[in-house]
Amino acid sequence: MATATVAHHETEVHDHHDHEHHDSFITKYIFSTDHKMIAKQFLITGIFWAIIGGLLSTLFRLQLGFPEMNLEFLRPLLGGWIDEAGKLDPTFYLALVTMHGTIMVFFVLTAGLSGTFSNFLIPLQIGARDMASGFMNMLSYWFFFLSSVIMFISLFIKTGPAGGGWVVYPPLSALEQAIPGSGLGMTLWLISMTFFIVSSLLGGINYITTVINLRTKGMSFSRLPLTIWAFFLTAVIGLLSFPVLFAAALLLVFDRSFGTSFYLADIYVAGEALPNTGGSPVLFQHLFWFLGHPEVYIVLLPALGITSEVIATNSRKPIFGYKAMVISLLGITVLSFIVWAHHMFVSGMNPFLGSIFMFLTLIIAVPSAVKVFNYLTTLWRGNLIFTPAMLFSIALVSFFISGGLTGIFLGNSAIDIQLHDTYFVVAHFHLVMGSASFFGMMAGIYHWFPKMFGRMMDAKLGYIHFWLTFVGVYLVFFPMHYIGIAGFPRRYYSWTNFEFSNTYTDLNMFVSVAAILTFAAQAIFLFNFFYSMYRGRKATPNPWNSNTLEWTTPIHPGHGNWPGEIPTVYRWPYDYSKPGAAQDFIPQTVPLSQTPESNLPHEQELVKVELEIMKDEAEVLVANESKH
Amino acid sequence: MEKELKYIDIVDQPISMHPKKFALWLFLVTVVMIFAALTSAYIVRQAEGNWLEYELPEIFWLTSALVIISSIAMQWAYYSAKKDNFLSLRIGMIFALLFGIAFLVGQWYSWVALVDRQVFFVGNPAGSFLYVFTGLHAVHLISGVIFLIIVLISTFRMEVHAKALDTLEMATTYWHFLGGLWLYLFLFLQMNH
Repeated sequence: MATATVAHHETEVHDHHDHEHHDSFITKYIFSTDHKMIAKQFLITGIFWAIIGGLLSTLFRLQLGFPEMNLEFLRPLLGGWIDEAGKLDPTFYLALVTMHGTIMVFFVLTAGLSGTFSNFLIPLQIGARDMASGFMNMLSYWFFFLSSVIMFISLFIKTGPAGGGWVVYPPLSALEQAIPGSGLGMTLWLISMTFFIVSSLLGGINYITTVINLRTKGMSFSRLPLTIWAFFLTAVIGLLSFPVLFAAALLLVFDRSFGTSFYLADIYVAGEALPNTGGSPVLFQHLFWFLGHPEVYIVLLPALGITSEVIATNSRKPIFGYKAMVISLLGITVLSFIVWAHHMFVSGMNPFLGSIFMFLTLIIAVPSAVKVFNYLTTLWRGNLIFTPAMLFSIALVSFFISGGLTGIFLGNSAIDIQLHDTYFVVAHFHLVMGSASFFGMMAGIYHWFPKMFGRMMDAKLGYIHFWLTFVGVYLVFFPMHYIGIAGFPRRYYSWTNFEFSNTYTDLNMFVSVAAILTFAAQAIFLFNFFYSMYRGRKATPNPWNSNTLEWTTPIHPGHGNWPGEIPTVYRWPYDYSKPGAAQDFIPQTVPLSQTPESNLPHEQELVKVELEIMKDEAEVLVANESKH
Repeated sequence: MEKELKYIDIVDQPISMHPKKFALWLFLVTVVMIFAALTSAYIVRQAEGNWLEYELPEIFWLTSALVIISSIAMQWAYYSAKKDNFLSLRIGMIFALLFGIAFLVGQWYSWVALVDRQVFFVGNPAGSFLYVFTGLHAVHLISGVIFLIIVLISTFRMEVHAKALDTLEMATTYWHFLGGLWLYLFLFLQMNH
């Protein structure tokens, strides 16, 4: 009884509190410290960047699929980058590829994915009022915004944006005279990425602190939803790897702007020797890939976490092997730091060292296979509900398998030396990292849209969007494996000079057409997203009959998430279709003592402990109330 | 009523550590990772040969002593605050600050000494690395000095006392960390030179 009264009081207090502090447009929508608003800011910025990144890829796919085509019609968009003959400028082609990679890896799939869902779901799913530091969280978004603005400006400067590939290997990226893209564009790239690193670190520190310190009562680590485990470990990886990228970039800045020789040695440009001596370009590759490889998992783990949640909910079954899932996430986290040199098999490495990195790389197949197995066994004989989010999650598992298999090929140094820097690699990582993470992000948006905006996205449009994208992605990236095996190197402007490429002209054309259609299909999603935000069907509090805490908040949660007391957690989040239970789901907030019909023997034991704790708590509340 | 709400929040949360202190420790991890990256880059690069050999500036011994004294003063200030001894808290912090600034000046003279030895920032990476180590550490130390000044001001406003030690504790942690980081760098340079 006491609990109920107190909770009621607080509802009033809190509502009042909300009105007092959130009437200004600026504090609510712009400089917000509310994790939900910051998540939406990250999401909208991420969508903006995804459109830009996708658009850039259609531009260079036109060049690759139709090398003879007259691109005069693009002049209004690209201006001087289309030359008199109607051809795309080759240096701008390099810039397009570079920016596509940078934007997609960092701005869309790191900030757009982690930034959105870690921010949105961590406090809601662990039962916290907000992040540990709302101010730092706000800073994190605004540093990202600043970094976005700088990167965006770099698209429009005279010498073009950075053009040395998203990995920015020196000496190409270090010498202004190498290509136009290594001039101002590269400088802006480095400045932008510095702010991006600051943003990621601020965000990551917040996520880790929040998960460790602000869990609600009863939310032990063994009761955390797998989403939170994934976000938590993603933040740990980011915290350990982004500083190393910072160190690498710092030395590159010194080489570019101050004339040091960390990465430069014995270089001749246009017949003249540069003064730099004693540098080592491979050093940059080591430092870069020490971030670069964990970055793959920074991109992928959140998607895997979202998938775990969506698949369990929509299979109406507990996730298969919760502990195995957590252990494999931990395994991937640890392994991600000790495999970086598999990107450098052809950079001149001791072959013995190469074998060690090959061995460690292949071990990653084990936790990955465990995860795939658990997804499939969760789906097995479930009461599958094919919501759009569920379809995107299942497709993620599909991409994770088909892209992961080629990872086993590429992890072997003997095969990698043959396939290195061909389209086989491009196909591999676009499936396993690009598409899988993108589909995880889509699953997350479709699944948590009702919580974000209080309305449902249209399911029919969702299905159309899903099928076009799913089929489209395979049509783009499956043929790419063949192109790669045939020996097409990546980052080439054109292959028409090579005799062997003639046989594959139509295949490249096919890939380009598929890519452009898949990109166009995303318009359906954009329409659905923005239309549903204002006109969508109103959501119910728990539209997917899910167990996790975010669905116990009001449909439009205010700043502070729960109007009254933060709910206490009594069970893990995967009690779906428990034998004996009245419904096919039991939310985490339902005490074991209320469900004697479905409790397992060991849970029946816990009921006693639980009742005692609840008794103590009621006493605390009564004592607390009488104080005032 | 406002207070009551907070009280319940605290009951609900299984707090193991002050969130801000925890966040500071995570920040320290990122700094450790930056210097771990740089020092391992140093080792990797050194192993490749073509490495300029030179004597480390002797002034590093002096600056190391300064940074240790500064840390001791800071710890003394912290113990004083615990006992609500405000005078020695402020004296301790002022000493910590002065020795910290003296350390920075000493680091500057280490650069002067390097230039005297014909070791420049631009040139063989062996020298460039030393400038990056000391320079980046100095940047962090300046941030520590600013942090200390802010806390020192708050001691004059009586915002730091035995029951409000969080910011002082964080400043102390950060200050000791920066001192320790320098000692690590110095030891590293002694061993890999």
